[in-house]
Amino acid sequence: MQAIIGILIAALLSQNFILVKFYGICPFMGVSKKIDTALGMGMAVTFVMALASAVCYGLNLALVALKLEYMQTVVFILAIASIVQVVEMFLKKSVPALYKALGVFLPLITTNCAVLGVVLVNVQNSYNFLLSTVNGAAGGLGFTLAIVLFASVRERVNKADCPECFKGFPIALISAGLLALAFMGFSGLSIF
Amino acid sequence: MDILIAILILGGLGLVFGLVLAAASKVFYVETDPRLDQLNECLPGANCGGCGFAGCSAYAEAVLKGEAPIGKCASGGNECAQAMAAIMGVKAEAVTRKVALVRCSGAKSYDKEGNLLKGARVKANYEGFHDCLSASKVGGSGPLSCKFGCLGYGSCTKVCQYGAIKVVDGVAKVDEDLCVGCMACAAVCPRNLIIPVEPDRNVVIACNSMAKGAATTRACTVGCIGCGLCKKICPKEAITIENNLARIDYSKCDNCGLCATVCPKKLIKDSNVENLPDPKVEPINGPMV
Repeated sequence: MQAIIGILIAALLSQNFILVKFYGICPFMGVSKKIDTALGMGMAVTFVMALASAVCYGLNLALVALKLEYMQTVVFILAIASIVQVVEMFLKKSVPALYKALGVFLPLITTNCAVLGVVLVNVQNSYNFLLSTVNGAAGGLGFTLAIVLFASVRERVNKADCPECFKGFPIALISAGLLALAFMGFSGLSIF
Repeated sequence: MDILIAILILGGLGLVFGLVLAAASKVFYVETDPRLDQLNECLPGANCGGCGFAGCSAYAEAVLKGEAPIGKCASGGNECAQAMAAIMGVKAEAVTRKVALVRCSGAKSYDKEGNLLKGARVKANYEGFHDCLSASKVGGSGPLSCKFGCLGYGSCTKVCQYGAIKVVDGVAKVDEDLCVGCMACAAVCPRNLIIPVEPDRNVVIACNSMAKGAATTRACTVGCIGCGLCKKICPKEAITIENNLARIDYSKCDNCGLCATVCPKKLIKDSNVENLPDPKVEPINGPMV
């Protein structure tokens, strides 16, 4: 139980995938213009990360048994790409409304390094099946937290009167840096 | 040996995932109407929004559901409407091509001393957002003396996806070859100056000033004063004067161009007649109003 709480706190705050580990920066910058789309992207990533963690745990067991650990990365990428495809087809059939809302972000998750990152972290820390899945889901929630916070910051910054040369991406990058700095304050929370 | 195993494992995994995906695509197959793709192919794909829908695919969907009529795509024109009608199995009426027209002739030219030779008079210097809506909202209805004329801050230029509208000498001008008639420019013009006209129309009245004759004359050298000479000479009785402004009823007009020859302000444009004699106008020198 203590391990699960530790993982939750680490993935959400002290070891946040975006703001502390700097995984998945591309969707973080690209899909953070509006809070709605940021939230949708966050939920989709959470789902895929949890699923990928569970599936890749099994795959990793097989790889270890065959002494093929050096193939982890390429096998995980293969698995993640397939999972995203299946999820996309499933949503198109079962939840067309969500499919439409997520639109192009769904296939983009394939190239989100946070998904690959969480799987590799699971392997490095030799988490068991439960802890891997919890880490995946919590990592996704951490991603959601960061991207929604950042989107709300950006919505306000866009309306603010900032110098011409900083308009658009430069000021967004600076706000992202400040947000990451704020998350450094959580680094003392590591309890494991 | 190890390499062989690795290749086999990776290949096998790829095969398994491929099979899973193939099975999933069968299980989760969503039937879409093949006509939707065909409709999408007919449309130009510029997503200009001239039809009133969010984009080309949204319009195609609406047509498929029967929620929208065929022929709303100004950009695709008649060809597009007929192709869409063929797909849907209905007959479409011929769609005539229309282009945007800016109803203002107040392009400004000055002599060396800065006196206005021709065009609309500027009564104040506007410093603010380079945008027509903002300029029209400042006190005194904007920097122009004319309350109806083109402000020339290029809001229409910014929304035009086709690069068909440019501001020349302070007045927006449409390139009829590039314009597809989506009328995105008309939607942003705060003075409602832009209307759709058929490009082969020779005669158009390029003024929107509804002020009285004297006020119009003070504000612009080429404003319509509602003198009614065009109305009198028109053999088809196609021209009416409403609110000190001449209007052409195109259902009656036969493009003869007589009105263009008599207009004292030379603001009726006639593409058949190239060089009309310049109307005699007095340069306006007095103090700024």
